[in-house]
Amino acid sequence: MLTLDRVTKTFRAGAFGGGSTTAVDRVSFEAAPGELVSLIGESGSGKSTIGRMVLGLTRASSGSLTLDGEQVRPGKDFYRRVQGVFQDPFSCYNPVFKADRVFALVRRAYHPGVPDKEWADRVEKAVRDVRLDPGQVLGRYPHQLSGGQLQRLLIARALLLDLRFLVADEITSMLDASTRIDVLNLLAGLKERGLGVLYITHDLSLGTYLAERTVVLRNGRVVERGDTQKVFGNPLHPYTRTLLAAVPRLNEPWTSAEPVEVCAFHEGGAPDTDLYETEPDHFVACAGLPDCGRTSA
Amino acid sequence: MTLTVNDLRVHYRTLRGEVRALDGVGFDLADGEILGLAGESGCGKTTLGKSLIRLDGRMRHVGGTVTLDGDELPLSDDRAMNAYRFHKISLVPQYSMSALNPTRRIGRMIRELLASRGVTVDTDELHRRLALVGLERDVLDRYPIELSGGMKQRAVMVISTLLDPSVLIADEVTSALDVSNQQAVVGALTGLRDKGLVTSMIFVTHDLGLTSHIADSIMVMYAGKLAEKAPTRTLTTEPRHPYTKMLIGSLPQVGARYKDKPLSGIEGSPPSLLNPPLGCRFRDRCPLADARCAEEPPVVEIAPRHSVACWKAA
Repeated sequence: MLTLDRVTKTFRAGAFGGGSTTAVDRVSFEAAPGELVSLIGESGSGKSTIGRMVLGLTRASSGSLTLDGEQVRPGKDFYRRVQGVFQDPFSCYNPVFKADRVFALVRRAYHPGVPDKEWADRVEKAVRDVRLDPGQVLGRYPHQLSGGQLQRLLIARALLLDLRFLVADEITSMLDASTRIDVLNLLAGLKERGLGVLYITHDLSLGTYLAERTVVLRNGRVVERGDTQKVFGNPLHPYTRTLLAAVPRLNEPWTSAEPVEVCAFHEGGAPDTDLYETEPDHFVACAGLPDCGRTSA
Repeated sequence: MTLTVNDLRVHYRTLRGEVRALDGVGFDLADGEILGLAGESGCGKTTLGKSLIRLDGRMRHVGGTVTLDGDELPLSDDRAMNAYRFHKISLVPQYSMSALNPTRRIGRMIRELLASRGVTVDTDELHRRLALVGLERDVLDRYPIELSGGMKQRAVMVISTLLDPSVLIADEVTSALDVSNQQAVVGALTGLRDKGLVTSMIFVTHDLGLTSHIADSIMVMYAGKLAEKAPTRTLTTEPRHPYTKMLIGSLPQVGARYKDKPLSGIEGSPPSLLNPPLGCRFRDRCPLADARCAEEPPVVEIAPRHSVACWKAA
């Protein structure tokens, strides 16, 4: 179980570090084992920063990130259980070496005592688990493999560890439509085997395809989150509605977003927290309407 | 008829031989038409766009003709093409975000570009065009670094169409943008066509969903060849080529869920274009392929304005 509690990240900005930018502002959510949570937002919404904090690549300024009750602390023990896959598979490989060298690196760092034969079997199993044919991909150079194959090899590499949680940051945005869906289906299969996945994307349709839960981010803050069906079936925040209306659909003209008449957050009595739970597992932030907050506070 | 492309072949020279990136593509583009060009990476869609405006050093025009408003374009003559570039045929490149000179304010850059073509700036007209794509006139006083990605994209669109070209090629202009910016850019492109600033347009993208919003007709390419071309509605609702069908089948729509109905991708990958196999190039990945597919399928017009290159579709 991954738990984020009021996680904030502030970057120093400006020529002499005088100013500061809050990239992530008091974000809380949970991701259980066997659950895929999608993190949706535009560029600059802080979604990748959250991914980096979960991986321990950046430290949170305040708030707590815990995995199975333990604080996120980068180190060998942590990376055995948590791994990330990123947007550009082509830049994750050294073009001079064969692609399966990524497996050798894992072996050297994490499984030095495993005999050759057993290691070969494990690699073969991991490669089959990501639905690749070992004969076709092992022993090849990166330029001989497609983007989808490289991306799946990176997932296979993560599977060689005792993986409990995977951060997938825009992993399909550089892939073609025909191979993209294979990678998504693979994630769905892994999640059914108990892996927790944080799926970061700006593409709503890909997010909804897999996720049990969705977190919609804007300018570093959560605007709406909860059960995917509830968030996108009945979006309460104007931003979620705008996003949903802007998605291009085949054979359906774009519709304008339905305006939000009442702020669900203030309607719910403007609780002390940032989000109001309108129904079980459906949280929404203040809609920012002109008359919001006049009656309360 | 604005543009007629006939059996165009453009190859890339590499150390290991010729890559047949564009291997016999033909189509017509009518006045006022927006043609969507879709396909996987490496299918030749960008090569087609580039061939119409400038062949770079590695590209070689092997055969075929391109006729624009009655004139045949001198594709392989870089100098002679200058008369057509930007005046008759223009391009919004894939790299629009980095196409602007970082050391010039947008307004000065436009003045310099127009001066290089011997045209003076009509400030009112320029303001009108900026408004059309949803930009404030004060962007002219700003540097590119002060604009967002979507704004830069739209500024380049205005610059590319200043000379009212007959054909505008928009190459993957939306792929780096968020959904809301995509919508604005697509709206701006349609606006340019509706106001008659560009006569026709070729909209290159790998996103079939987005193409269906802007294009009057869609052409799907596969491995350097045309697979299917039809009016948008026909192509998206009644595709005939197995590749088009599978491509549409692999598109997740909002609300589609893995739990309810897993989508399927297309197994395998396109053939190498260095020495492409004879016959139908899709046959290794095609569920319908049989012995006949070893022979190359001709492009057949199975219905008015609906052409397919597949033995199984006829």
